[in-house]
Amino acid sequence: MKVLVAVKRVADYNVKVRPKADGTGADLNNVKMAINPFCEIAVEEAVRLKEKGIATEVVAVSIGDKACQEQIRTALALGADRGIHVESSETLQPLAIAKLLKAVVDKEQPELVLMGKQAIDGDNNQTGQMLGALANMPQGTFASEVNIADGKVAVTREIDGGLQTLSLTLPAIVTTDLRLNEPRYAKLPNIMKAKKKPLDVLTPEELAVDVAPRLTTVKVEPPAERAAGIKVESVAELVDKLKNEAKVI
Amino acid sequence: MSILILAEHDNASINAATLNTVACAQQIGGDITLLVAGADCGAAAEQAAKINGVAKVLVADNAAYAHQLAENVSLLMAEVAKDYGYVLAAATTTGKNILPRVAALLDVAQISDVTGVVSADTFKHPIYAGNMIETVQSADAIKVLTVRGTAFDAVAAEGGSASVESLSAVHDAGISSFVGEELAVSDRPELTAASIVISGGRGMQNGENFALLESVADKLGAAVGASRAAVDAGFVPNDMQVGQTGKIVAPNLYIAVGISGAIQHLAGMKDSKVIVAINKDEDAPIFQVADYGLVADLFEAVPELNNAL
Repeated sequence: MKVLVAVKRVADYNVKVRPKADGTGADLNNVKMAINPFCEIAVEEAVRLKEKGIATEVVAVSIGDKACQEQIRTALALGADRGIHVESSETLQPLAIAKLLKAVVDKEQPELVLMGKQAIDGDNNQTGQMLGALANMPQGTFASEVNIADGKVAVTREIDGGLQTLSLTLPAIVTTDLRLNEPRYAKLPNIMKAKKKPLDVLTPEELAVDVAPRLTTVKVEPPAERAAGIKVESVAELVDKLKNEAKVI
Repeated sequence: MSILILAEHDNASINAATLNTVACAQQIGGDITLLVAGADCGAAAEQAAKINGVAKVLVADNAAYAHQLAENVSLLMAEVAKDYGYVLAAATTTGKNILPRVAALLDVAQISDVTGVVSADTFKHPIYAGNMIETVQSADAIKVLTVRGTAFDAVAAEGGSASVESLSAVHDAGISSFVGEELAVSDRPELTAASIVISGGRGMQNGENFALLESVADKLGAAVGASRAAVDAGFVPNDMQVGQTGKIVAPNLYIAVGISGAIQHLAGMKDSKVIVAINKDEDAPIFQVADYGLVADLFEAVPELNNAL
């Protein structure tokens, strides 16, 4: 079966991103960019499905400006077979991304779509679910285990109260949580080989998708700062402060 | 403009997160309707009708909604939502699972994790693990929002007398089914509702050592949480994770034990009223957000704390 895996280019998770001075957005100047950690887990899961002989082809798709091709190449180095880049320099919101992915799904007809549960930039946690609605596909969000058998996928989900397992008919969408797997590192020969793997470029116009934003960013500001605290010398002093100063115990 | 809220429940009772979502709706202003979709969910609907500030409760009681499968509930909610100006749900795993599907069916955007209501069409929410607060204005006819519970004080669970109306429409997409669940059982308060939380990180070294924290938690009536590092290391299950991708908490007192304070963890707890950090590394970033920091070996300090309480 064919697996489509979506990857997003985001600021590296180790970078503390700050707002631009004029408050119009995040300041990504000279910030190291990387594949969103949840997307990396999705790529790993897709590649493992291929190694198990369940997936026959893994197609990596990314949406955004030309630089996204770096992240597609990363996915190809990790084991994806070919890439699709939907190129747009516009600001794309989750609904627009979901519509573009829907158009790619229509074109590629995958039986499984794997994607991260959220991207660590917007923290929206929307796109997979939106794609599910648009493509009328079932969804297994926040997945910590995925098993495919008999035309169905069983997905164990990390929910607030514990774990929940659902059975979904294929084609289906699975969004990954952190404990689904531990992604491998790309080996140098594979990075070299990835440069030769096919990568198609499409545009929103070719896919006939209206990507106009629905939300306008009014401003982006740093969160309220916490007042500086103090160091206490002993447990006794800590308990005293909590009882008599903060009055929380 | 009227507001439709997805009630979070287990068929028997309403989850407290719904009360915070109603509080957000009150700040927006307008008639508030709760949608209770479940199976044999009469008891939950009855509770929903008593919530202060709720004008109407819509009940969809059918086997198709038994486990609140996103595929089925989103079809129902999108149909009902056409008469409303706002669609809200708590930013819990249930709300996050269902609401984007509703938004897409309505062809509108969703604003996730709303922490502030600026005006009828403008809202604040955190991005980049809470390192920035974004104010966004929506141009959509129906505004779909998930609400961060810690940002809104819960309304009273009693005192209301909403009308209750049954919905007969059954939406069964027939593409997903419930297999089973393993829910954590604990006598301690729920993490997101607890007034005191004590969390352990990688410094705990193993799962057994969390007993040290549990002992303190029992004395304080606290919930026990964990950092992602502790969950990834297999010390404790994921439902205890506090952080960007786990649970967001804002208790009166948060005690971080053996937690270094990665931005992903801070994102889940830095709105706590009072933060205590116990860590043997005096340069740990957790001390930058702590009101009271104790540089000490947790294996000495925590038992001492336990004895002092």
